[in-house]
Amino acid sequence: MIPLITTILAITLRAGTSLVYATIGEIYTENSGILNLGVEGTMLLSAASGFAVAYHSGYLWLGFLVGVIVGGLLGALHAFLSVTMRANQVVSGLSITLFGTGLASFLGQRLGPKENSFNLAGISGPRLIAQPIPVLSNVPILGALFNQDILTYAAYLIVPLAWYFLYKTKNGLNLRAVGENPITAEAMGINVVKTRYLYTIIGGMLIGLGGAHLSLSYTPGWTDNITGGRGWIVIALVIFAMWNPARAVFGAILFGGINAIQFRLQAIGATIPSSFLNMFPYLATILVLVVMTWWETLSKRLGAPAALSVSYMREDK
Amino acid sequence: MRMVIEKRKSVSRKAIYIVPIASFVSALILGSILLLITGVNPITTYAAMIKGAFGSMHALSETLVKATPLMLTGLGVAIAFRMRFWNIGAEGQFVFGGIAGAGIALFFSEIIPSWLVLPMALVGGMLAGALWAGIPAALNAYLGINESLTTLMLNYVAVLFASYLYYGPWRDPLGFGFPGTARFPEEAWLPRIFGRVHFGMIFALIAALILWFILNRTRWGFELKVIGENKTTAKYLGIKISKNIVVALLLSGAISGLGGASEVTGISRRLQAGLAVGHGYTAIIVAWLAQLNPIAVIFVAIMMAALLVGGDQVQITMGLPAAVGLVLQGLILFPMLAGSLFTEYRLKIIRPDTPPSKERESEA
Amino acid sequence: MNPQSSKIILEMRGITKHFPGVIANSGVDLTLFDGEVLALLGENGAGKSTLMNILIGLYRQDDGEIYVRGEPVQINFPSDAAELGIGMVHQNFMLIPRMTVAENIVLGMTSLPFVPDMRKISNRIRALSEQYRLKVDPNAYVWQLTVGEQQRVEILKMVYRGAEILILDEPTAVLTPQESLELHDVLKVMTSEGKSAIFITHKMDEVMVFSERVAVLQNGKLKATLKTSETTPQELARLMVGRNVLFRLEKEMQEPGETVIELCHISAKDDKGLSALEDLSMVVRAGEIFGIAGVAGNGQDQLAEVITGLRKPTEGKILIADRDCTGKDPLGMIKAGISFIPADRIGMGIAGNMDISENLIMKGYRDEPLSSKGFIRPNRIIDFAKRLIDSFRIATPTPKTRVKFLSGGNIQKTILAREIDACNNLLVAMYPSRGLDVGATETVRNLLLEQRSKGIGILLISEDLDELTSIADRIAVMFEGKIMGTIKSEDADIEMMGLMMAGIPLEELTNDVFEKSESSTE
Repeated sequence: MIPLITTILAITLRAGTSLVYATIGEIYTENSGILNLGVEGTMLLSAASGFAVAYHSGYLWLGFLVGVIVGGLLGALHAFLSVTMRANQVVSGLSITLFGTGLASFLGQRLGPKENSFNLAGISGPRLIAQPIPVLSNVPILGALFNQDILTYAAYLIVPLAWYFLYKTKNGLNLRAVGENPITAEAMGINVVKTRYLYTIIGGMLIGLGGAHLSLSYTPGWTDNITGGRGWIVIALVIFAMWNPARAVFGAILFGGINAIQFRLQAIGATIPSSFLNMFPYLATILVLVVMTWWETLSKRLGAPAALSVSYMREDK
Repeated sequence: MRMVIEKRKSVSRKAIYIVPIASFVSALILGSILLLITGVNPITTYAAMIKGAFGSMHALSETLVKATPLMLTGLGVAIAFRMRFWNIGAEGQFVFGGIAGAGIALFFSEIIPSWLVLPMALVGGMLAGALWAGIPAALNAYLGINESLTTLMLNYVAVLFASYLYYGPWRDPLGFGFPGTARFPEEAWLPRIFGRVHFGMIFALIAALILWFILNRTRWGFELKVIGENKTTAKYLGIKISKNIVVALLLSGAISGLGGASEVTGISRRLQAGLAVGHGYTAIIVAWLAQLNPIAVIFVAIMMAALLVGGDQVQITMGLPAAVGLVLQGLILFPMLAGSLFTEYRLKIIRPDTPPSKERESEA
Repeated sequence: MNPQSSKIILEMRGITKHFPGVIANSGVDLTLFDGEVLALLGENGAGKSTLMNILIGLYRQDDGEIYVRGEPVQINFPSDAAELGIGMVHQNFMLIPRMTVAENIVLGMTSLPFVPDMRKISNRIRALSEQYRLKVDPNAYVWQLTVGEQQRVEILKMVYRGAEILILDEPTAVLTPQESLELHDVLKVMTSEGKSAIFITHKMDEVMVFSERVAVLQNGKLKATLKTSETTPQELARLMVGRNVLFRLEKEMQEPGETVIELCHISAKDDKGLSALEDLSMVVRAGEIFGIAGVAGNGQDQLAEVITGLRKPTEGKILIADRDCTGKDPLGMIKAGISFIPADRIGMGIAGNMDISENLIMKGYRDEPLSSKGFIRPNRIIDFAKRLIDSFRIATPTPKTRVKFLSGGNIQKTILAREIDACNNLLVAMYPSRGLDVGATETVRNLLLEQRSKGIGILLISEDLDELTSIADRIAVMFEGKIMGTIKSEDADIEMMGLMMAGIPLEELTNDVFEKSESSTE
């Protein structure tokens, strides 16, 4: 039993890593007041381009870098459309998902090696492998924490840092102010446009890193639709975490765990249908939304940044 | 020098037409750059796409088959967006409609008269779609819960529920493990017009006309318009906002649900994987490009379907990825989103060296 | 303190600011001395807020210069103003409810270290709040605070940032009388420590209490700058509202008919839950224009909302044509024959993206001939729209033009046309000529008079005393949700109305007059 739990936990953490990065990215973007529904498309395009570059260059880290840059570019595109052009953020984000999904699928069939008829799918390239930490990784159950790749280890650090930055530093304070009330923020001397651009791009980069982690470590390799809807789970996770990076971990572990348990259950022929397990994150998110909005004392403390998806214009009179 | 964006004093009428057309053209240009980079001749690709989408009766039939669900979900989205209700749940409403239609087709044909099975399946689909849109509508109208997030979440619930059904209790016992239900009895088949084009397209055309009529010729449509444009004014005029939002969303969901029911009874004739392929998301793009006009939705849906079918064709004829169509679909929207700003706003350049009264304004 | 002897700290010269279609400020000069409170007085829309928003960098003037401590300055962003020591307490507080007091106070400060030491900041806030009598817990969340406390946070925020010039935008509007007194003390302490303040208000009594000098704005122009000790509320009232009489209107003598609406002991609360109307009773009769005078914000909005069904009264009864209509919703009130010309024309009166014909039918679309059995009839709508456009002389290219592209006067005419056409009982008109040019103002007033002769009852809520005396039959003056007194318009005396607007009930005034006449006979 204990080895099983250890394995499930290990898979959970591995599956949760891309979710953690992307969720923290989206949390930062949404805290600036920008709703980016382009997560799914961004993750896919970063996964495809990251894998393609790593495969052709042979440098794993170049692949990750490209994944991050592609994510940042799509973030910048979303920022341009929703901040400068004041486009509807829902529509803009969905277009990025549509575009990213399409382009990833296209490139997945064009950037592969000639001998594989230009297909990226079905080939193996560089991969980030797990680096078990001696001794610690042999501890039952908790050993799962120390039998991961370096990005998962980094996530252990990045989560508290992301929380600390958002709630304890000057820049985090200013960022939250922009998402809560851009008019006030501007009046207090904060550059709203710059802040929104910055964190939409940073958010996109983290989402891109999450996408690259899928093709360069978790899966690994490229397959069409490699994310399997993870981008949408990220949107749910952000709500589930109530826009707080620290809470995102629990969500990511929970949702990642559902994934891991499900494979095990199928393996042992359990009767709980996986569809219902998979439904859980989404239903839980709706429940969180309802409770958070409905319960007034809670909604005053927590909840979506007050100016989320509201475009802002200076001197709009 | 600094640039500011200011509201136009009068709307640029021309921009309303120019922006969508210019968006389409720039998408083609951007797409050809992409094709050139990957070493493909864009002109032959586009020509093959057009031929693949419209070049023969069969091609045309396939384009219309793909367009039908886009038309219905696009109409559903358009009516919700008119109320400034960001329903991105057309996908879930479509799938839930398909589930209900399939359930009735599968299990009611022995209980009810055979002529009633198909109408009931379609009506059941509409009701299911309406329910799936009504939940977030009520949550929004009465509790103020963000509708784009709830509709999005409900999409996945619907899609996963459908997969539970065709992998689980509804799976065809004779299907050799194929993920799908048994084929519906023949009385539940939606008649086809030509090729695989089925009556769903007729429903879409009728729905577009009815919606146009409701929005432009009825008291209720007028009230919806006022609510969409200015909720404060609507309240002051004695229009019931919450109730109207819920009713409009029931209609929106019903239309998408009809799309789902038509799809299962008209094309696959069973509930199976592949029902949820993102029509509901493309529908948002369709509605937006059509500027929420129901009649325009029909044409935009055909255009978007043509991109998909054309993409499939270049895969067959030129060995290019079918995703070309998807990429072009995505590309159309960016210039459109950026461009719509210029129908209402314009760019003004302020030069510090010239006195403000003599500022030159440059139209962007 | 004699402000004249102290130094000039701030000077604005020839400030002009245009918004599309509106001149908000035109050639305004303003001087502020060290250690004084300068009141900036004017009606709503007189340009007070715009002028101050220019000063703190939220807007940029089209023309004119600003000097701080004698140096010419460019204020392009709020951060520029903050560096010059200028801080503003906005009417809508610039606070973030989900953050603590301390976080709100240091928000956006460039001098803040990357990781701010919140304990140290809290201690400094405590010290400042002792010094200036602004008691507030730095670690409390803003959403937990009362409105008065939130205002203290706003002032503390400015003091913490080293503001030397403090702008307060109608600070007492949200305060209880007790809190207003405390604010007065706070300002005393601040000016005694060499800070200066600009106090925006439209209430004369506050000018008298709070300020050393007063600048009066009217229609975006500076009307006068006076020493408070050398002026009176009456003079200020006259400066603020008095306009040259633009035109003579023909008002026929006419006996009013039956009562169209009666309010009995109505009380209501505003959106913040504070009392807005207190035990208010009044009657409007057919063929009569009943004017409500008073400074905006004294319950006029809530009065109109109660009558039009947008707000439920907490106590009292509304009788329309002798039927009890208390608590009806807007549709119920519309059906009872009430029309409404709202103060916020763009926000509430129209849908800017819809065309003129659609805006014109917004009241009549429910009934024949514009619709029948749920269907609307486009041809009749166009005919109807053309008729109203003609008879109300709305200047528009076509009935299909979107309303937001019309001028302010034509937007108001569109609303008037719709409301007058649908009205068969009572017309509530709020500030109907505010912001309109001379010609449009005349048209609007003539239209109201026309309705009066048709036997419609009209409730005219206005700040413009000339408007009220020239077209109303009776005028009631509102102050803090109560009616100070009702007089016939031919008896209206601008000084007496000014005093009532400042909160002195009519009985006391007549007693004074009575006493005076008694003493003179002695």
